[in-house]
Amino acid sequence: MSGMIYEIRDLRLSFPDMAHKPVFGAAPQIEVLKGLSFDVPKGEVLGIVGGSGSGKSTLGRAMIRLLEPDSGTIRFEGTDITHADEPALRPLRRRFQMIFQDPMSSLNPRRRVGGIIAGPLRLQGVQDTSAKVLEALDMVGLPRSFAARYPHELSGGQRQRVGIARAIALRPDFILADEIVSGLDVSSQAQVLNLLEELVRELGLTLAFISHDLSVIRRLCSRIIVMYRGEIVENAPTAQVFDAPQADYTRELLQAIPLPDPDQIWA
Amino acid sequence: MRDARSRVRRPIGLRLWLSGGWITLLIIGAVLAPLIAPHDPLYQDLFAGRMPPVWVDGADPNFLLGTDSLGRDVLSRILYGARLALTVALVAGTLTCLIGATLGLIAGYYRGWVDMVISRLVDIWMAFPPVLFAILLIAVLGTGLTSIIIAIVVIDWTRFARVVRAEAMTQGTMDYVASAQVVGRTKAGTMFAEILPNVLPTIVALLTLEMGIAVIVEAILSFVNLSISTDAPTWGGMIAEGRTSVHQAWWVLVFPLITLFLTVLSFSQLGEGLKDYFDPVLR
Amino acid sequence: MSFLEVENLTLRIARGPRILRAVSLGVDQGEVRGLVGESGAGKSMIGKAILGTLPRAIQVVSGRISLDGTDLQTLPARERRRRIGAQVALIPQDPLTALNPVRRVGPQITNRLVDILGWDRSRAEARARELLDEVHIPDPDRVMRSYPHELSGGMRQRILIASAFAAEPKLIIADEPTTALDVTVQKQILRLIKEMQDRHNTALLFVTHDLGVVSKICQSLTVLYAGKVIEDTDTRSFFAAPGHPYSQALLHATPKYTDPEDSLTPVPQHVIDAVEAEVTDFDKGLGA
Repeated sequence: MSGMIYEIRDLRLSFPDMAHKPVFGAAPQIEVLKGLSFDVPKGEVLGIVGGSGSGKSTLGRAMIRLLEPDSGTIRFEGTDITHADEPALRPLRRRFQMIFQDPMSSLNPRRRVGGIIAGPLRLQGVQDTSAKVLEALDMVGLPRSFAARYPHELSGGQRQRVGIARAIALRPDFILADEIVSGLDVSSQAQVLNLLEELVRELGLTLAFISHDLSVIRRLCSRIIVMYRGEIVENAPTAQVFDAPQADYTRELLQAIPLPDPDQIWA
Repeated sequence: MRDARSRVRRPIGLRLWLSGGWITLLIIGAVLAPLIAPHDPLYQDLFAGRMPPVWVDGADPNFLLGTDSLGRDVLSRILYGARLALTVALVAGTLTCLIGATLGLIAGYYRGWVDMVISRLVDIWMAFPPVLFAILLIAVLGTGLTSIIIAIVVIDWTRFARVVRAEAMTQGTMDYVASAQVVGRTKAGTMFAEILPNVLPTIVALLTLEMGIAVIVEAILSFVNLSISTDAPTWGGMIAEGRTSVHQAWWVLVFPLITLFLTVLSFSQLGEGLKDYFDPVLR
Repeated sequence: MSFLEVENLTLRIARGPRILRAVSLGVDQGEVRGLVGESGAGKSMIGKAILGTLPRAIQVVSGRISLDGTDLQTLPARERRRRIGAQVALIPQDPLTALNPVRRVGPQITNRLVDILGWDRSRAEARARELLDEVHIPDPDRVMRSYPHELSGGMRQRILIASAFAAEPKLIIADEPTTALDVTVQKQILRLIKEMQDRHNTALLFVTHDLGVVSKICQSLTVLYAGKVIEDTDTRSFFAAPGHPYSQALLHATPKYTDPEDSLTPVPQHVIDAVEAEVTDFDKGLGA
């Protein structure tokens, strides 16, 4: 079926378990993704939710091929990228981008903001990068003067906006956002989420939003995948996940969220 | 949001001024030695032997820091000795740094079999006792400036390789490296454009430290008479000579020793100071 | 008179800006008080000031901290350390770095009892076993022989809770103890802290940025902004109607999936401007 950005079938990925490596021979493998299948239609905002060790970040990194799966297939706009090598991926790279969890570690501390945003543009042979950098800063609501600053001179929320500006500067079709608000204060959290909502609408982006926290993604996402120990336990429209969750784990997650309300029954 | 941290600025270090000042002074002295040295460092005057420095009774005002047992001017010899010491420091330091840092960077960032080969090589290398290794090398290569430099490079590249490898490994796990990959930067491109600038302050600190070490190694080799020709002025040679007459003429030993001490200290402090100064991130 | 009294505490970075501005708060025996603020609001510094573990670069400009009516400043240094050690304990944020990775868990709990209370080792060990049982750790003997890396994050946090309550402190400072945990584990840990606090009737100062967590375990709360107390009230009235515009905005910014339209609202700029102006006025009043 066309109209799909991603078609993922029976995706499996494992890491060597160095903690249990014998003195001689190879370390045993831990299966982190245990045969995942799902589609991402164009224009969808997909939430991927799970606890630590659920494999959600590994899934994200496999989708944009920072990791190579063991088996299964990943199709990006019809092209099989499951085992594509770097040269083959390079032309595709401008079409899927990523925003990282920790903006302090994902922004090179020795580069100015302008250079950080311009890097991907230059690499992809875009002319007139400085105009594009300023445009990207405008779009994420940062003053243009920030182009001359270093990441450590910005607040957490501002840094995360720089991460967003870098990702959208290339006008990709798909963006993966990995826990991008979990390190932020509630006030910046709300701002970043609102900004993302706006950008999705304006640029017609397809977005996958990875989070450990169900409560932040209700308004943003149209569909939610819930992961538990490397498997998808629920894949449903947002309203259904919140109002009539099917999986026990989803229910457990929902009930564990402490609402800012002393009357919530939190049994 | 108010962020108190961003408003605190560290003052520029006093140690950067002091250490940088001493090294600059020494460089000027070494370069201009033929013009400013009051005497020929090789000229012997046995009648003017063991003259004390000017502020001690019985001194000759022509010899500011006194003379050695052969009547050679201590100040002039220190100045000429600085030429050799600094040449060794700069050339040996830089070469060691280039070779060691490059191998360390590649091993730490590329990992895999490249890392295996380089790391094993470093391990094997470090099993040799360095001083014996140096003496052995000089014995094979013969004395002379080039031999000293080669000996230092051959022995000390492992220091750079180890430290830079560890640092490159840490930086390699940072998300900004993954983000460079996401936008399609090549592996080598990422190493130079992303990793190298972050490892550079460490390299600078190591480089100046290495220069200090090179000065010491040169002094040790001169001390055991394995440096350049015997009568050419070297700090190590002067110290060796001064040692034999320390009770009659302490100044022959003490002044080159102080110069050596200050130089080595300054190099190491300069490195730490530069590292902080060029670091845009206040840690 | 509360067990813990902090009065007009002002801290500053040496030659730098203020980080606490005349903060006053009290925690009674048996009370759980939330200390809420965004990063940089200075909430962790209050805990550090009480425990006497402020970084060297931070100066106490003015203020008093008293435990059980005794002003800590009036005590000689050694006596002050002893009293803090015996009466106050900390549940730290990061259960991974708070335990020494190369030592077994058991001695890390018992050392505190041996060093501070002068107990003999066998009595301390019996008590540690009892505590691990209290925090619902199955097979305490095995856990006491384990190294920290052999245990899960939730398990490590349970051990830190047990160790905090070990010496029967009168006051516990919990510094974002669940921030690093999954929500499902967070729920268990919060319940456990509350259960232990009830049983031991301890005063608990709970530092957090999460109003959801506050509503679950605190009876009262203090809201900080830029080191200044913005609001000091009881939990029920706070969540019914926060008194200060900044607290209101903070509440509306907090995620609440049951009410998506009225949550995750960014703090409006005029509210930030107003609260910044309050802070600036305060500084002017002190002639800074």
